[in-house]
Amino acid sequence: MHNVGIIMRRELASYFATPLAYVFILIFLVLANAFTFYLGGFYERGQADLEPFFTFHPWLYLFLIPAVSMKLWAEERKSGSIELLMTQPVMLREAVLGKFLAAWLFTALALALTFPLWITVNFLGTPDNGAILAAYLGSLLLAGGFLAIGSCMSALTRSQVVAFILGVVACFVFLLAGFPLVLDLFRGWAPQALIDAIASLSFLTHFQSIEKGVIDVRDLLYFAMLIGFFLFATGIALELRKAD
Amino acid sequence: MIKTEHLTKRYGALAVVDDVTFQVAPGEVLGFLGPNGAGKTTTMRMLAGFVTPTAGAASICGHDVEREPLAAKAALGYLPEGAPGYGEMTVRAFLIFIADLRALAGERRRARLAHVIEHLQLGSVLDQTIETLSKGFRRRVGLAQAILHDPPVLILDEPTDGLDPNQKHEVRTLINDMARDKIIVISTHILEEVDAVCTRAVIIARGRIVADDTPAGLAARSRYHNAVSMQLEDPAQLTAARAAVAALPAVSALEVSERDARLTALPRAGATILPALSELAARQGLKLKELHLESGRLDEVFRNITA
Repeated sequence: MHNVGIIMRRELASYFATPLAYVFILIFLVLANAFTFYLGGFYERGQADLEPFFTFHPWLYLFLIPAVSMKLWAEERKSGSIELLMTQPVMLREAVLGKFLAAWLFTALALALTFPLWITVNFLGTPDNGAILAAYLGSLLLAGGFLAIGSCMSALTRSQVVAFILGVVACFVFLLAGFPLVLDLFRGWAPQALIDAIASLSFLTHFQSIEKGVIDVRDLLYFAMLIGFFLFATGIALELRKAD
Repeated sequence: MIKTEHLTKRYGALAVVDDVTFQVAPGEVLGFLGPNGAGKTTTMRMLAGFVTPTAGAASICGHDVEREPLAAKAALGYLPEGAPGYGEMTVRAFLIFIADLRALAGERRRARLAHVIEHLQLGSVLDQTIETLSKGFRRRVGLAQAILHDPPVLILDEPTDGLDPNQKHEVRTLINDMARDKIIVISTHILEEVDAVCTRAVIIARGRIVADDTPAGLAARSRYHNAVSMQLEDPAQLTAARAAVAALPAVSALEVSERDARLTALPRAGATILPALSELAARQGLKLKELHLESGRLDEVFRNITA
């Protein structure tokens, strides 16, 4: 597991070696704040909480997270550096985990940089800081889920653009799994049990309860299992296609 | 020791590597030759644990590449084809990353890093990012990465491809310096390299081994083995010389190039013709610019074997 840390550090450093990291953080902060104040009506609501901030995170992540995850494996395969990495004494799962954790830590940093909003809301009133902390945790878990899906999509292709598009589509399906847009595809032919199962996979349903400050073990378990599943799938995809 | 047994890789119905069996012992430098697409890279990738064999087995220093991949990889230094790297990293950061993965620590880590930086002359580019390096430097960074942990086995996929003659010479010197106590496998399609560094050559074509011999042994398969080539001072003597040489009983065939007044006499199997030719030249009063004995032409052998 020592190698996970080494690979994570290298990957994290590579984000900051290119403008990607700075561009991402800047756009994330600008959009997160713009959504909060303009679409969320932060002031107009007259309530000291961050709900208008967190409500838009799933939609923000839908496009921004695949942009972070697209390079995880597609770039390694394109440049051939995956051959270098996988011929070092490293287990595939260490590499998958290390790279994922680097991307997650990076988004955690971007999320942490939204702290002025938290200071603002504490300045304006007396919000429930426990609920805000829970919502931050929920947002981080949501980002982790998106990143794990993105990691798997990135492992499927050598093209970062394809990885991005696949990532957005896959994340969109998971985001709206509980809504008619996705469920109607299955209604009419699939058994009710399957439809219920798909509906229960929805990011939005699981995020909405944490966002309101309610941490349910089932929601935590859901995100943990989702991340685990997609990292496992990343490993399988790489095992099958790394040398193509 | 590198060992492969019936190593095979199929993609669908296509056998890229087909039943390849060989062994390499310490002190040997094995040249892996073959036309493009013959299966050289795939074989090396299987040895390095990057491609999983469809059938057969391979081991590095007794560690099976599939059952004990980490032990096999620890004993191996590998330069992938094209020497890929992380473009955005500096050479220094890259070498430190590899040293971390190779679990080098303390004094040994410091000494090994200093050693590869000195031997591959990377001192001047340590703080440059890899993507800004010339092809020659990139290749040297790839080699530095492969030898950093001083592995007993080195597998280098086209280590001199794309280098200029000076850089080729440097890399070959480096390989020769390391050859004494290591097992080295290099793939190449440059035949002069085989003479320059290899003690043994394996030629593969369409995924199968078609020859496994020393460079001298391969050269001996050439029809030019022990042939004598003579170049005349005076082109006017060419016709007379040609008739006289063709009449020698030990000469089986004669090739004439009028452009540079050169005769190449091929011997009958096992015959030695140099003394006879040199005596004939003296007797006929032929003025020679050059007279030499050929050991055989590897490129001709290569073409015959792999065509």
